[in-house]
Amino acid sequence: MVRVKIWGSLRALVDGRAYLEVDAKTLKDVIDEIEKNEPALRPQLQRGVSFSVDGLIYSDSWFVPLTGDEEVVMLPRLVGG
Amino acid sequence: MAYDGLKKDGFSIVGTRPKRPDGIEKVTGKAQYGADMSAPGMLHGLILRSPHAHARIKSIDVSGALEVPGVKAVVTQSDFPEPKSSHFRDVRENLLAGDRVLYDGHGIAAVAATSVQAGQEALDRIAVEYETLPHVTDVDEAMKSDAPIVRTGRQNETVPSGYNENVTGFWEFGHGDIEAGLAKADVVVERSFRTAATHQGYIEPHACLASMNAEGKGEVWCCTQGQYMVRSECAGLLGIDEAQLRVTASEIGGGFGGKTVVFIEPIALLLAKKSGRPVKIVMTREDEFRASGPTCSSSIDVKIGMTSDGRMTAGSAVLRMQGGAFPCSTVEMAAQAAFAAYDLDAVRTQGFNVMTNRPKEAAYRAPGAPMAVYSVESVVDELCQKLELDPFEVRLKNAARKGTLSSYGPTFNEIGLADILEEAKNHPHYKAPLGPNQARGVSCGFWFNFGGNASVSLAVDPDGTVSVTEGNPDIGGSRASVSMMAAEELGIPYDKVRTIVADTASLGFNDVTDGSRVTFMVGIATIAAARAAKAEMCRRVAKLWGLEEDAVKWEDGAVVPAGPNAGQHEPMTIAEIAAIAGKTGGPIAGHHEANTEGAGVSFGVHICDVEVDKETGATKVLRYTAFQDAGRAIHPDYVEGQMQGGAVQGIGWALNEEYIYGDDGRLQNPGFLDYRIPVASDLPPIDTVILEIPNPGHPYGVRGVGETPIVPPLGALSNAISRACGVRMTQLPMSPPRVLAALKG
Repeated sequence: MVRVKIWGSLRALVDGRAYLEVDAKTLKDVIDEIEKNEPALRPQLQRGVSFSVDGLIYSDSWFVPLTGDEEVVMLPRLVGG
Repeated sequence: MAYDGLKKDGFSIVGTRPKRPDGIEKVTGKAQYGADMSAPGMLHGLILRSPHAHARIKSIDVSGALEVPGVKAVVTQSDFPEPKSSHFRDVRENLLAGDRVLYDGHGIAAVAATSVQAGQEALDRIAVEYETLPHVTDVDEAMKSDAPIVRTGRQNETVPSGYNENVTGFWEFGHGDIEAGLAKADVVVERSFRTAATHQGYIEPHACLASMNAEGKGEVWCCTQGQYMVRSECAGLLGIDEAQLRVTASEIGGGFGGKTVVFIEPIALLLAKKSGRPVKIVMTREDEFRASGPTCSSSIDVKIGMTSDGRMTAGSAVLRMQGGAFPCSTVEMAAQAAFAAYDLDAVRTQGFNVMTNRPKEAAYRAPGAPMAVYSVESVVDELCQKLELDPFEVRLKNAARKGTLSSYGPTFNEIGLADILEEAKNHPHYKAPLGPNQARGVSCGFWFNFGGNASVSLAVDPDGTVSVTEGNPDIGGSRASVSMMAAEELGIPYDKVRTIVADTASLGFNDVTDGSRVTFMVGIATIAAARAAKAEMCRRVAKLWGLEEDAVKWEDGAVVPAGPNAGQHEPMTIAEIAAIAGKTGGPIAGHHEANTEGAGVSFGVHICDVEVDKETGATKVLRYTAFQDAGRAIHPDYVEGQMQGGAVQGIGWALNEEYIYGDDGRLQNPGFLDYRIPVASDLPPIDTVILEIPNPGHPYGVRGVGETPIVPPLGALSNAISRACGVRMTQLPMSPPRVLAALKG
């Protein structure tokens, strides 16, 4: 299982939970599981999210492998200039 | 992570300062920018823009324009096909208004004519009947319950109840108990800040030349940070296949995020399609200010508690940003970046995005971070003053380090903030004496940095030189750094490699040049492409020598036996291998296409000395030093240039630059005379100190450098001026009238 930290303003949409436990081996699994199990977060997923995996940022890398030991943080989709 | 196996040490070319490949063309005026391209039969495209901040368009009559001799086409929003997504609906709406104009300068209609004069006459003869509507241009005013609503139906599900529909999004980050943290403090400072919208100030305006033939095949030449982005946006808006549209990026005279979106290219294509002739559009400077994408203006509250020995016990911030008449995401990044430099047990940031009747914001170098960090760094400095503590000692005591739970969620791994702070604290600048009316300010800065999609093709030419093709417009020296990394990897001189930027038909997809990503992501792709070419050359030579592939290796630009068992063979150079490539299997090349994510974050620290004229309120910047963890600096000149450029843009933001709107909602200063960016005579030399703490996520240790340097200047300037004046400055820009007003209390 992968523990995914979500940011504060999303917590109100998932009964105050700060972490989501998902059965995932990749970031794509994380997205799919959240999409399936947390309908209140679907609009945010559609707007876009990034992930920090052990401090490194991924916006589109579905196949980043996860073992469950990583720190996974969901972030709003990051853009730069 | 995924690239750990590619790591290399012991550099011979990386870290040197070869001549820039585009220098001669640029200083002799031969470089081809957006407006430099013309075509036979070309028409000039011009855009009619709204004189109102907010109005309903009751009717548009273009018949008069079509009667002007030389006018070949007129288009309005209705000439675009129906958008296939909400994204394209917003882009179309921003290009040319539908039933309402949403800001002063909003496009309404466009004409294509044989001359600029005919086009201008045609614009004058387009009859638009407006019904003016109430408008709002200030972020705080727009949040009030009785504010005019800019657009309905754009509020997302995260906005707490009680906010009007101008508030489109809400974001909260942080951890810990703020109230408990503040209760542990000896001093708590709470301040409110305001920052003005600023423009990226690129010297070259947006410009493009577009054509489309009768079969619907299109060509666009334009000044952009991303030709593939232009292709996707134009194809999506016009309803054509991307393969039928080829976009070529010109040389670019600055972008800084402002050229990551389209403002004119789809309109030029639409005019070209309708007229059957090539169409060139060049935005005027007034158009740029009124109708391209400045950054957000902001209103920010910050509260920080600190113990008497300088430990921050809690920090909170509420950030409100307006990004014009469309939802935007800048405040998301601002709220994440605000406290990133600090290790806090209790921290919370809340961000509100607010719509106003202003142009849609575009990214500007580390979007959102400069305003957020300015506000936090101002309060940190005020706490240092109140507690009579050294600003660097306090920052070092609270600095985020490896293992720190960041304010926005992740735990930091390898970061260099403490090293930079130590370097800055011990730098001669920080110890230099100051004179009357002079003071010193310091500030930290932070940016995330990104990777992304990159395609690189590397060809070994018949004479053994190397041609590299990448797909990112060279905005900060990427052709030089890519050539250097290719030369380093191949073991050949830098001047034996030439890198060009491809059009969209000549190379696979590439993300936009933004996010401080190009040297990082294109570098990884270049290194991988070079290694693929080396592997192929090793295979060819092994076959030639009758050996197994693993019996040879690449060394100093040649294939050599891997060990004594491989026999005696003279090294075979890349030139010798290339010369017989046709006989050994054909052309030799390497290529790599990947989404190279996993970039590491970056920190910077700036020190600034100022002198304030207390009679006029004018500020003179006396001395400025920028420190940054750049990872491995591939070409230090360009890294220093990024640091200097960011500092200068930040100085302008801090001292003079602002969008000024009148009560009528119209922009009052759409030109460089009244919107004052710094010029060379305003500035001291910007000294730079690069710290090279290699990024473990890149084979050469590269870290993005382009955006972080614009983050600290706002706070550094404000802290210096506040100390010089003896009063805390809380609004940007700190123009002379504003400084005088602060001095008078």
